[in-house]
Amino acid sequence: MDKASPKIAVDYVRSAVVVTLNYEKILDEADIKSIEKSVLPVIDDNDKIKLVLDFSKVQFLSSAMLGLLIRLKKTIEDKGGALRLSGINDKIMGVFKITRLDKIFTIMQDSATATESF
Amino acid sequence: MDFNNNDFPLERAKTIEIDSLDRVSCACEAVVDAIKASDFANDEVFAIHLALEEAVVNAIKHGNNCDPSKKAYLTYSISGDRVDIVVSDEGDGFDPSNVPDPCCDHNLCKASGRGLFLIKSYMDLVEHNDSGNSIHMVKFAKKEEKDR
Repeated sequence: MDKASPKIAVDYVRSAVVVTLNYEKILDEADIKSIEKSVLPVIDDNDKIKLVLDFSKVQFLSSAMLGLLIRLKKTIEDKGGALRLSGINDKIMGVFKITRLDKIFTIMQDSATATESF
Repeated sequence: MDFNNNDFPLERAKTIEIDSLDRVSCACEAVVDAIKASDFANDEVFAIHLALEEAVVNAIKHGNNCDPSKKAYLTYSISGDRVDIVVSDEGDGFDPSNVPDPCCDHNLCKASGRGLFLIKSYMDLVEHNDSGNSIHMVKFAKKEEKDR
């Protein structure tokens, strides 16, 4: 396992890259910038990346994080890659549904299912 | 406070001043901790926390344009089955009716603009003052669902 930072773990599983967000809450602008700074090089380093962003440790996030996810999705798809989200709890899933973002993201139950789905 | 809903229980209200985005989470946590100790269920605490974060971030980022000389004011009151929250900034205000619907197909992929929508979705009552630089939000506890 290559650890990009203490709060972000990067694993290579089959042909996919799994980024686990080891945050209980993703709220601060600083946290969101830190995640972006850690994930963007992973996208740049892997042509046509199959990326899983795993939220199984995350209990709470704000709309600023939703904004980052949208930016990351566009960056990945512009490079011919694909993004899956996994491990999203019921409350956060409610946020995705209310904002209709569940229509634009592919959301899987867990990272194993997500990596197999590519 | 010039809101239509005038029954904000001011006598029990506490106010926190916030001058930067770095201070938002800490201020909101203090309020959320107080709410957790009251009659609100976990789902309701999540809803209030989300609305609170969004409102204070909006106040500092959009209201005060991140000007460190300006403050946001978070006033809250917990009264039995009800929490009232007012978030005010020192900006010029805005017209909430002009905020685009983030759920429209053509806005769905925009990276911002969901804060006010989430506040309205998760709180029971939301109103702005006339100048648009202050928002009043209310959430009612549904006691029978405390265990959720």
